Amino acid sequence: MIRISDLEFDYGEGDFRLRIPELNAERGSSVAFVGPSGSGKTTLLNLIAGIVTPRRGTIEAGEVDVTSLSDGARRDFRIRNVGLIFQEFELLEYLSVLDNILLPYRINPSMRLDRDVRERARDLAGQVGIADKLSRHPDHLSQGERQRVAVCRAVLPEPSLLLADEPTGNLDPANTERVLDILFDFAGRSRATLLTVTHERDLLPRFERVIDFKKFHASERGAAS
Amino acid sequence: MRQTLYLAARYLAFHRIKTAILITSITLILYLPVGLRVLVAQSSERLTARAMATPLIVGAKGSPLELVLNSLYFGSDVPEKMRYAESIRIADSGLALAIPMYTRFHSQGHPIVGTGFEYFRFRGLQVESGRQIAMLGECVLGSRVAATLGVGPGDSVVSSPENVFDLAGVYPLKMHVVGILAYSDSPDDDAIFVDLKTAWVIEGLGHGHQDLSAPEAASTVLSREGGKVTANASVVQYTEITPQNIDSFHFHGDLSGNPVTAVIAVPPDQKASAILQGRYQGEGEKAQIAHPVTVMDELLDTILTVQSFVVAGAIVVGAATLASAALVFMLSLRLRRREIETLFKIGGSRRAVGTVMVSEIVAVLLAGVILAAGLTFLTSQFGSVVIRALIRM
Repeated sequence: MIRISDLEFDYGEGDFRLRIPELNAERGSSVAFVGPSGSGKTTLLNLIAGIVTPRRGTIEAGEVDVTSLSDGARRDFRIRNVGLIFQEFELLEYLSVLDNILLPYRINPSMRLDRDVRERARDLAGQVGIADKLSRHPDHLSQGERQRVAVCRAVLPEPSLLLADEPTGNLDPANTERVLDILFDFAGRSRATLLTVTHERDLLPRFERVIDFKKFHASERGAAS
Repeated sequence: MRQTLYLAARYLAFHRIKTAILITSITLILYLPVGLRVLVAQSSERLTARAMATPLIVGAKGSPLELVLNSLYFGSDVPEKMRYAESIRIADSGLALAIPMYTRFHSQGHPIVGTGFEYFRFRGLQVESGRQIAMLGECVLGSRVAATLGVGPGDSVVSSPENVFDLAGVYPLKMHVVGILAYSDSPDDDAIFVDLKTAWVIEGLGHGHQDLSAPEAASTVLSREGGKVTANASVVQYTEITPQNIDSFHFHGDLSGNPVTAVIAVPPDQKASAILQGRYQGEGEKAQIAHPVTVMDELLDTILTVQSFVVAGAIVVGAATLASAALVFMLSLRLRRREIETLFKIGGSRRAVGTVMVSEIVAVLLAGVILAAGLTFLTSQFGSVVIRALIRM
């Protein structure tokens, strides 16, 4: 479960300020973050993932207080618990599809890349319909296929927390449905918490909860639970 | 570490053109000055060694460098000819052993060296298979010539005609190979050796033709006055010297007037050497005497000066290229900022991400160093072949 309390963040420069007095998400729940651009949705995902640290407040993920961790410990937490999906997919052009899916294991010395992991990567690719494209490079894939690769990369380490930043922002309706199906399917099977930033109102009925960031924007204060 | 190296390798392989350009640049930066030094060191050694083994060379006045290069390496630039009488004069003086040389002709790109037996003794050349030259029209081959042409004793080689339209000029002569010299790791391995008189036959100064007193030659005879017979151009000239026609071969005029390109003079001592050199200092003297070591030292000085300029240039270009390569790496890092951020976001440590980037740079540098080392090794092994080819050009 995610428990945020009295959170305050700014970038040091500029007017942006994010204040979240309270926000909770149960384990295995699906939550959509909506709100205008610049309201702090992506920033909150980065805070939960431990990529940036707040000026004040706490973020607890299960038993771990992410805000109290050192840089290295936050990275470890991210490796073991968080799957990140980006709007722009962020695949590495010089790696094949399979290598992109295996990337978390290649870049983290603490994760062991063995035959089982490779098998799981192939299985995942099969489940999302890209099994025949494992040796291709991302620039030879369609947008939908690329996002499916990115989803496979995020879920391969079996995280308990899936953070998706507009995962369907660049996809057509058919691919949007497909990617969401994959995310919900994985989250449902592994009881992972799915936090998704989206601008697409049509998708909101699929989520258990929707949190509108208007209330956290700038100096406005509010609470969500 | 293995995984991060794998990522670096994939990046370099994917950007193979950029990688190849960078590796080539680094290879050239390292190889050019080092390879040039190796090549110059080798050429110095080889040029000096052959020159040191040759005390003095006498030739017609002109370029001493041309004279020495032609006499030592049988280069394609033929010096001015002088009369064979000069060789007789040196021998008669008792001041030196005189070894005449006539190196003007070629056969399939290999120089034909007309000389005497003294040359083989002087250079320490041994016949490895077959025998020494015994009669006009025979030749012995340097080991590399035999290997290149695939010929041996019992075969024949033909001198190359200089001008097919010159009726009075050099005709191709079919020469019988009677021996192959042992490998000597010298320009002699690339030469075809004939007797001086055979070289003059190639020149057209000696020839053999059908007997003009024979009845079948009657149609070729234009006039007979006493012992002088004038024949037309249809008279059969022999292009091969055989035991059957060797008696018909003859030279017109005094042999001492025939040409040689050089005479290697081997004085018995310093005093004889000094006297002999003194004889060629006179103003009216038509010949020159060259001290090969001095001539080659002057050539090496020039080469070393050129080398210094080339190395200096290579260092400047190398520094500029290295700066460009560094710029390419830095720009590449800027262009890859999003990729680096992604690696951090999905859990890559600074160390792991840094290792990927550094591995790429190290791999490119290492490949450049290995290639440069390989090229330098090849230069040290085969540089002498290049030098020989350059000298003979």
